[in-house]
Amino acid sequence: MCSLCGVLGGSGHWTDAAARPGIFTRNVDSPQRRRERAHRIACASRVLAYYGLTLSDWQASSFVLSTATGKTELVEDLGHLWAAAERLLGRPCDPLDPDLIVRLEGSGLHD
Amino acid sequence: MPEPVFTPVNLITGFLGSGKTTLLQRLLADPALADTAVLINEFGEVGLDHHLLERIDDTMVLLQSGCLCCTIRGELSMAIRDLHSKRERGTVPRFRRLVVESTGLADPFPILSTVQADPVLRHHFRLGNVITTVDAVNGLGQLARQVECTKQIAVADRLVLTKTDLAEAAAADALVERLGRINPSAPLWRAAEEPIDAEALLSHDLFATAGRSEAARRWFSVELGDGSAEAGDRNRHDESIHAFALAFEGPLDWTLFGLWLSMLLNRHGDRVLRVKGILNVADAAAPVAIHGVQRLVHPPVHMAAWPDDDRRSRLVFIVDGLDRGLIERSLMAFLQAGPQPPAAAFRPSLQPTL
Repeated sequence: MCSLCGVLGGSGHWTDAAARPGIFTRNVDSPQRRRERAHRIACASRVLAYYGLTLSDWQASSFVLSTATGKTELVEDLGHLWAAAERLLGRPCDPLDPDLIVRLEGSGLHD
Repeated sequence: MPEPVFTPVNLITGFLGSGKTTLLQRLLADPALADTAVLINEFGEVGLDHHLLERIDDTMVLLQSGCLCCTIRGELSMAIRDLHSKRERGTVPRFRRLVVESTGLADPFPILSTVQADPVLRHHFRLGNVITTVDAVNGLGQLARQVECTKQIAVADRLVLTKTDLAEAAAADALVERLGRINPSAPLWRAAEEPIDAEALLSHDLFATAGRSEAARRWFSVELGDGSAEAGDRNRHDESIHAFALAFEGPLDWTLFGLWLSMLLNRHGDRVLRVKGILNVADAAAPVAIHGVQRLVHPPVHMAAWPDDDRRSRLVFIVDGLDRGLIERSLMAFLQAGPQPPAAAFRPSLQPTL
């Protein structure tokens, strides 16, 4: 279900494309799906740390997004992650924000 | 189990009076399109005689508190479902392609999003080429006044210039040059002067040609091949909508890329009119093609082979007022910020020539 709209079967983000001929996806089998989820959480956490947010897995089906004070929202996929983060923060999450870029450029491979 | 068959849906769009229906009339006369169903928004003056012609009413449903990816045009969704149902029951011929003609004032995005987001349609249909008609007589004026007109051109996979026989040659050339700046990758036909190749117009889309390296090479060479420096010059700063290309070395982390693009589209989706790319994904044997229109990204296509010897990842953007340098820096910062880089020496670097 699309968690924003309540449309059944609405979820279908391109990063979670269903495995079918000709389509690239990390959604082929269970181990690959789990590995991708773990990697996704680790990657997203690097960016979310800038906003003081944390992301964790929930039953291998959704993600739990939380603020430092414990405000929490369940998110279905990457399509909803950033909209939910903006709601929790009350401000935009912009990848073109120069401060965010500087922070990311300073982290990364060194730690 | 047999492989699922997805019926391609082509959208014909273009401003009021730009010749959409006339183009459709010519296309339908082509025997190659005998098994094509057509949905049109309104019956105009040009008579269409086709055995699979249905009308849709022009209403749009934006779900309460819904995200934009779920903008579904209810009437369109019902009309396509109805056609699908009739086809399965055998009450209409087994069409293998669907063409939707939009109204001239429509933003094409909700139509595309309907086909991809509708929970039923997305299992039976896929998006095909978007064909945009541009009127050679009035095109420049419409571009100056109507933002929908620019959007229609930016999302096009094919451009058809109509009424060139009525326009002055200089005006038509100026329009062609302007179209090239907004959307350099879309091949352009002059409808009044050239025969319409229905096959090339409708069928040679990203999904259908991904396995064929020759077609894919053509697809990218338009944007990246000749004179990239010149391409930079063409992007004048006085026009907010412009196209640019990025290329970078080294395999990239798919997860980081997905994270970055989904964040960019969430915040700036209405200003990223198009993004197309061929990606060298770490631990994937073949390249991956991605293709997005505003907030809508098509399922990534696994290409059969690289189109040429160039193993760089390449991305083409058509943006409205976004800064190219910032997009580059942001993408590079994200790709380097991963906890587990795919290779120890991996540090993507931009090519200064692009």
